[in-house]
Amino acid sequence: MMKLGVPKEVFPDEKRVAATPASVLKLIKLGYEVAVESCAGMAAHYDDQAYTDVGASVLTETETLWRQSDFILKVRAPMTHPGLGVHEVDLMKQGAYIASYIWPAENSELLEQFSSKEATVFAIDSLPRISRAQKMDALSAMANISGYRAVIEAASYFGRFFTGQVTAAGKVPPAKIMVIGAGVAGLAAVGTANSMGAIVRAFDTRLEVKEQVESMGAQFLELDFSDEDGGGGGGYAKQMSDEFIAAEMALFAEQAKEVDIIITTALIPGRPAPKLITEAMVQSMKPGSVIVDLASERGGNCELTEPGNVVERHGVTLIGYTDLPSRMAKVSSDLYGSNLVHLLSDLTPDKDGNPHVDMEDVVIRGVTVVNGKKVTWPPPKVEVSAAPSSAAAKEAIEAPAVKEPTFLDKWLGKSALLAFTLAVLIGIGGYAPESFLSHFTVFVLACFIGYQVVWNVTASLHTPLMSVTNAISGIIVIGAILHLIAAENGTVGVMSFAAVLIATINIAGGFRVTHRMLKMFRK
Amino acid sequence: MGTGFVSVAYVLASVLFILSLGGLSHQESARRGNLFGIAGIVIAVGATIAGVNIGIGGISTIVLALVIGSIAGLFLANKVEMTQMPQLVALLHSFVGLAAVLVGFSGHLEPLIATSGAEHSIKMVEIFLGIFIGAITFTGSLIACGKLEGLVSSSALTLPGRHAMNLVALGLVVALGAWFLETGSLSALIIMTCVASVLGIHLILAIGGADMPVVVSMLNSYSGWAAASIGFMLGNDLLIVTGALVGSSGAILSYIMCRAMNRSFMSVILGGFGQTSGGSGAAVVDTDMTVQESSIEEVCEELASAQSVIIVPGYGMAVAQAQSAVGEITKLLRDRGIMVRFGIHPVAGRLPGHMNVLLAEAKVPYDIVLEMDELNDDFPTTDVVLVIGANDTVNPSAMDDPNSPIAGMPVLEVWKAAQVVILKRGMASGYAGVDNPLFFKDNSRMLFGDAKDSVDKLLGGLRAV
Repeated sequence: MMKLGVPKEVFPDEKRVAATPASVLKLIKLGYEVAVESCAGMAAHYDDQAYTDVGASVLTETETLWRQSDFILKVRAPMTHPGLGVHEVDLMKQGAYIASYIWPAENSELLEQFSSKEATVFAIDSLPRISRAQKMDALSAMANISGYRAVIEAASYFGRFFTGQVTAAGKVPPAKIMVIGAGVAGLAAVGTANSMGAIVRAFDTRLEVKEQVESMGAQFLELDFSDEDGGGGGGYAKQMSDEFIAAEMALFAEQAKEVDIIITTALIPGRPAPKLITEAMVQSMKPGSVIVDLASERGGNCELTEPGNVVERHGVTLIGYTDLPSRMAKVSSDLYGSNLVHLLSDLTPDKDGNPHVDMEDVVIRGVTVVNGKKVTWPPPKVEVSAAPSSAAAKEAIEAPAVKEPTFLDKWLGKSALLAFTLAVLIGIGGYAPESFLSHFTVFVLACFIGYQVVWNVTASLHTPLMSVTNAISGIIVIGAILHLIAAENGTVGVMSFAAVLIATINIAGGFRVTHRMLKMFRK
Repeated sequence: MGTGFVSVAYVLASVLFILSLGGLSHQESARRGNLFGIAGIVIAVGATIAGVNIGIGGISTIVLALVIGSIAGLFLANKVEMTQMPQLVALLHSFVGLAAVLVGFSGHLEPLIATSGAEHSIKMVEIFLGIFIGAITFTGSLIACGKLEGLVSSSALTLPGRHAMNLVALGLVVALGAWFLETGSLSALIIMTCVASVLGIHLILAIGGADMPVVVSMLNSYSGWAAASIGFMLGNDLLIVTGALVGSSGAILSYIMCRAMNRSFMSVILGGFGQTSGGSGAAVVDTDMTVQESSIEEVCEELASAQSVIIVPGYGMAVAQAQSAVGEITKLLRDRGIMVRFGIHPVAGRLPGHMNVLLAEAKVPYDIVLEMDELNDDFPTTDVVLVIGANDTVNPSAMDDPNSPIAGMPVLEVWKAAQVVILKRGMASGYAGVDNPLFFKDNSRMLFGDAKDSVDKLLGGLRAV
């Protein structure tokens, strides 16, 4: 059984924690023993008592926690501990496991450090983007929070309502918001702004997101470049052609004059954030406008953004916070905690508290960046399973059409039936005696009445309908009685007696059970 | 009493029967409808007995049969659980079938009305048909009852060449019919009865468990036609009218059930569904997907914080007898101002309207129990959908995947809700043998375990919230 350790985050102003009391409970169910550093969850409003209550031990010594833990759960990538002056990796036990944000592309040195510790490292940020991995996708979970918070931050710096109002004192126009990049964060921002009453427009180079944008209540800004789609695989955008970028910039310049708030979320994997909002555009915005730059950690989408800070330039507030998820530490810890629980439950299928690193599994393969001494990053490329190949889709659309019967088939079938019915009727009319015909008339009419009446029966009473028709079909008792009365032959007597008896069972039982059922139906 | 009075009484009884079925068009008038039906039968039986001259001995024999029958019937009806309703209905069908066979034989041995010429031939045909349909109904219903009760395996029995066997049996019946018409031989009638009985058994054995709604309504229809043909034999209009009413009622129900499964009546009757269709639709679910499990606490929380909840019950709820706890949960949530509704697929359960009866037993108000068509547009605005023991009726591949065996079947579009919680015993596929992509959707959560157990725990959890 392994010991899990949850240290307190040391990155400045980081309020999140890698495990909450709720997630600790689930980790213990997976067979792990959990230790939490004292005050680790304090900034996210989870005190030490809450952890002890669910069965975790709380340790005050940072070094002890790192030294005795076989598996570390963290939020931020390990860094030099400001209090102790030691790098966190050096505190780690030889051969321990760690799950955390790592950013392996930028932190190759860190990977080397891990491999010298023979650690097994799960970088939650290098998860393959396939549907099975979604429950562990911390990037999406955090992006969702950032998108929401971006709107809230914008609202607090924006001097007007989001929603348009007509008050006794006069009319207030609604705020107009442009969201650039409709990924998880962009869509969250669109949804939040829309629910606050603003007019929202969104732009993305990937045309496939148009429907998602519209479903969240925003207008999708489109360029007239029908043959260029910015989908770069794996749900990420790719670099666009120069003409496209020029047209895109023209669109932004035009929108900047009109909108009150711009929220930018544009990122291209492995490159610095594209500069989309120029100084000239900021100048052209109305005074009091707000720009929230969610790409500021990667340099920002706006030329004037100062990462980590809020500044005012040309009368426009530029918000460049890089810690938006941490500003909502409670919900982000909850979500990140359950992302890790999902990862660990995949790692520990036997719930015995011993992680099993199955490098055949694409998710585990992708997320494991250091395995013992070996650096296993980058993983082989994974195809996204969510997008069906277009050929298959086409086939699916065409397939049902084949089954449609032709007009001729229908016509032939119907006329055959009609001809048959006519022939039968003529046959009966021609040969059957008078007495039969009168009964036949009654029969046909009764069928039609039955047809009309039964269609009106409500679907919820279909069972009572069956039991009541069952009861009245016991009317056959009349035939049995007539035979019983007239019986001369002993066999006939016995048979009709039996028939009367069972038909009566039917009548009594059918009506009684119908009554029982109907009594239960109440408003 | 003269025959005129008897005829009038019969007319009155027919009208009462029609009113009885008409009353079922709404819950409020339904109980009155049932009383009409009882009145109709009592009048008809009374008039029949009063209409013939018999001695005290004859009367007492009849009364004896009526009393024993009534006591047995009432006993049966009082004892039955609502979950056993399908079995009871099937059993009662078999009684009608048996009665038709017995009366048919009596009619052949001791005709009540002397006939000759063409009239005689027609009557022979009527006797033959009445016994044929009656025998099929009798044995078929017994098998259906056995399948529903679990005495007979509910999976479809697919013998090699079963269609050919049925055809041979039918051909044999036609040949025997010709023999019977020619000679009036009793042996022809008896052999035919045996053949029809075997045919009835085989026909129903070949039909799988979840097609039972169609089977039971079909047998309901047959029992009506059997009564009608006996009516023709006796020249009794009341029997003809009643038989026709019941026959068309059962036929309409069968049609409704078939339409709800998007299958033709013939394909259900010919049976064997679920066994032959595995190949084409097996690859629906991506192996790359996993389900997300939920816990009692999470589901309680979601339910308690929802504004609108839809519960979709299926046969699993009936099997686990979870309906009363479901009713309690409904009451609890409604008392807290949460809108709770039920979505009933037409073929949910083993009998048309089966779920409605179970929910009514659990004191769920009938005005929140809605049909599929009434509810399907409301799923996108629903917070939580609880699927209790339903599978194929909520399978999105019926709409998305043209290669699926259930493609085109109308289903409850539960996946459009914000959150779907599926109460299920394990990951087994439904009756149709089709994987259900619903379980793998992002907004789906599985709550594994026995339905009754889970629902009871949910109830406990909700009381605590």
